[in-house]
Amino acid sequence: MSTAPVLSLSHVDAWIGGQQILHDITFDVGHGVTALLGRNGVGKTTTLRAVLGLTRRRGAITLDGHRIDELPTHAVVRRGIGYVPENREVFASLTVAENLSLAARSGRPDLDVVHALFPELRERARQPAGTLSGGQQQMVALARALLNDNAVLLVDEPTKGLAPRIVEEVVAALRVVAEHTPVLLVEQDLDVVGALADRVVVVADGRVAHQGSAAALLADDEAVTALLGVGTRLGSTS
Amino acid sequence: MSVLVLLVVTGLALGALYFLAAAGLSLIYGLMRVLNFAHGAFLTVSGYAGYQVASSLGVASASWAAFALAVLVGVATGAAFAAALELLVVRRLYDREIEQVLVTVGVALAAVALVTGTWGSDARPFPAPPWFARTTGMLGAQVPNSRLACIAAAVVVLGGLTALLGRTRLGLVIRAGVENRSMVAALGIDVRRSFTAVFVLGGALAGLGGVLAGVYNSSLSPLTGDNLLIFAFIVVVIGGLGSVGGAAVAATVVALIQQLANYYAASGVGDLLVVLALALVLLVRPQGLFARSVRIA
Repeated sequence: MSTAPVLSLSHVDAWIGGQQILHDITFDVGHGVTALLGRNGVGKTTTLRAVLGLTRRRGAITLDGHRIDELPTHAVVRRGIGYVPENREVFASLTVAENLSLAARSGRPDLDVVHALFPELRERARQPAGTLSGGQQQMVALARALLNDNAVLLVDEPTKGLAPRIVEEVVAALRVVAEHTPVLLVEQDLDVVGALADRVVVVADGRVAHQGSAAALLADDEAVTALLGVGTRLGSTS
Repeated sequence: MSVLVLLVVTGLALGALYFLAAAGLSLIYGLMRVLNFAHGAFLTVSGYAGYQVASSLGVASASWAAFALAVLVGVATGAAFAAALELLVVRRLYDREIEQVLVTVGVALAAVALVTGTWGSDARPFPAPPWFARTTGMLGAQVPNSRLACIAAAVVVLGGLTALLGRTRLGLVIRAGVENRSMVAALGIDVRRSFTAVFVLGGALAGLGGVLAGVYNSSLSPLTGDNLLIFAFIVVVIGGLGSVGGAAVAATVVALIQQLANYYAASGVGDLLVVLALALVLLVRPQGLFARSVRIA
């Protein structure tokens, strides 16, 4: 497996409205799962949105060696980026099937993979997405991204607010996906990070405060407490 | 009874004109967050383009072929006007709402001035086939055929829009974009291309409305579009931004209130009641009666 980074951010600044949120962010995303960690409001979601061009940004962002930072959002995504946003953002008035149909970037969406991971979506194809439970909406949000052949997947807090059983399903699905697609994962739950992530990038006050091995960080109580403000013992966070 | 039937049918026909103006306006704001004050100018300019064609082919009244051509020219003019406005002006002003308002108000004023300078400020009789001036008996009332034609056109447009939104890829993008357009872009869809399509669609519907307004009133004036636009905005707000079905229902209700109250109470009371209904909706359900709450993103 190649070790070359798939997605690279180099000296990226980003703004929401007139306020600068990210300062000089530099890190790479390679194969496996890279977890983007940090306390609330430090700029994790903004980092993903900056990659997609959903917020004003400056700096170099490359995908498979090609600059994407000058492209509009739809063109960035069409280069091969799947996005699972925070809070799912499914289209509530559209059915499950319509949500998936809209997300298919090619004429041959991989519905088999999606239905294998989330069989429930096949049964609920004609149901408006707004009437689904939070866990089911998360399945739709993940499925929209997994329908396509992605170079990298950006996943923003996929387990937020979900019941433990659904969290297990989501983690299992992401583990399968990460076998062949690099994942940049924003996640607050250190159990999930421990189960999935190979590398971590910790953001503090809009800057990269730490990056390295996930296992090494999670094994270091003091570092986790200092960087994330939480205890390290797995199972202690949610 | 015959008076009531006549009032109801006339109200439905007026509602049909409001709907033709409001449907495009609603989709344009729902998808793009553009308050298009030039929408009335689409109606006026298109109506006069249709008038010019029909009157050049017939003097006092037009043949069916001339009228059909007038409708086509009106629709094409509305679509072309809208495409030019979106591509040349509005596209540069997305997310700049103050500038959008200033520019579209300016275009509306300029268009009315252009029409006034070209055709004069007096209303001009609209040359339509004599059938429109005749009446059809309905439940004891003699209803002008022009009213029935407006209603039929609106029903066909409503059916077409429902099919477009429910059965096509563009419709899917529009419905999703009305909810959350940044997420549509994040799925890899060039949402701006659908902006142009919706603007053109709205312009075409306004063009049809412009010609039919000439038929409904038997005449056109440079203020025809702006007079309809005021109530079209009210219809859009009451029906819910981005909701075509909501626009249809609200257009019908607003026009019926106007017609019935203006006749049975006093002239002007209907307009007052419509404004009161608007205020009530804004207080109780500001997103409109038929709209979901949407993200402004």
